[in-house]
Amino acid sequence: MVSLARILTRICLSLCPLWFSVSSVFPALVFSTEAFGQAEEVARPDPGVEARLKALAEELRCLVCQNQTIADSHAPLALDLRNQIRTQIAQGRSDDQIRDYMVQRYGDFVLYRPPFKATTAILWAGPFVLIAIGLGIFLVMVRRKRAGAETPREEVSAKRRDELEKLLADRGETR
Amino acid sequence: MKALGFAIPLAIFVALAIFFAVGLTRDPREVPSPFIDKPAPSFKLEQLHEASRAFAPEDMKGKVWLLNVWASWCVSCRVEHPLLVEMSKKNVVPIVGLNYKDRREDGVAWLTKFGNPYSLSAYDVDGRVGIDYGVYGVPETFVIDKMGVIRYKQIGPITQEALDATILPLIKKLSA
Repeated sequence: MVSLARILTRICLSLCPLWFSVSSVFPALVFSTEAFGQAEEVARPDPGVEARLKALAEELRCLVCQNQTIADSHAPLALDLRNQIRTQIAQGRSDDQIRDYMVQRYGDFVLYRPPFKATTAILWAGPFVLIAIGLGIFLVMVRRKRAGAETPREEVSAKRRDELEKLLADRGETR
Repeated sequence: MKALGFAIPLAIFVALAIFFAVGLTRDPREVPSPFIDKPAPSFKLEQLHEASRAFAPEDMKGKVWLLNVWASWCVSCRVEHPLLVEMSKKNVVPIVGLNYKDRREDGVAWLTKFGNPYSLSAYDVDGRVGIDYGVYGVPETFVIDKMGVIRYKQIGPITQEALDATILPLIKKLSA
């Protein structure tokens, strides 16, 4: 599992030109961020700060390796942003203020839970609208099938019943 | 009834196919910038060539200018570089460089080697100004108007196509 995550990270990193170009110039920098081991990033990590950082960073998208969070990503920009968040926590800024700081710079895209507004309405409402449409179609079809199936069956069965009763009567048996 | 049963799935398929086709032509790396039509964030940085001299975006008030984020370690910066050099020769607009997370001597050497299209480069050694401008993929280029408002952001290298279709017409419009 760990190795799979590693492989995926590697693939992402190899696709990141920014990371790639930095890694060739500053290998030391890259290896120092090998894992999101807080101990390796800051000299004396404060557990409280690191916990808040982790909670925040896991909700923020790394724009270099787009499907990773800032907490996961090895990209230098993610490291800078983690340090930026540490600084702001140390300055006593609230989580909302820090999120606003990111949104101001990178847009709603940086949030893994984008706010509900005009530009994101389709994103949020879309699945529910599709489910409603699907359910609607399903109900209409079921109803139509039932209505369609009931009328002819009655006709046929009435005719058949007569036939059957006749057949049975011929054999001397009654129902 | 039969025709409808055929038409509905077909319509859904066509709609999906159109969505996918449009989606394929779009670059997921191009995130819409929240900076468009907002004032360019202020900063004050040392210049790359002369550490004793500073640069602030306010120095460019009254001019249409380009802020181009570059670095000597950035491979795709080399791709767009000849276009910038050509632009600077034609004196279209002042181009200010933002040398992003680079070593000073590497940046200077890179410009000596490939030509210097910049009227000056600001030296953003720790990438703080880059963060303030929402930079996430070098090179990036901002078109800034006379009032200091960001009007366009090019993510990734400037191409001849982007230059001809978007950047140059915009500069012309803003300079008028």
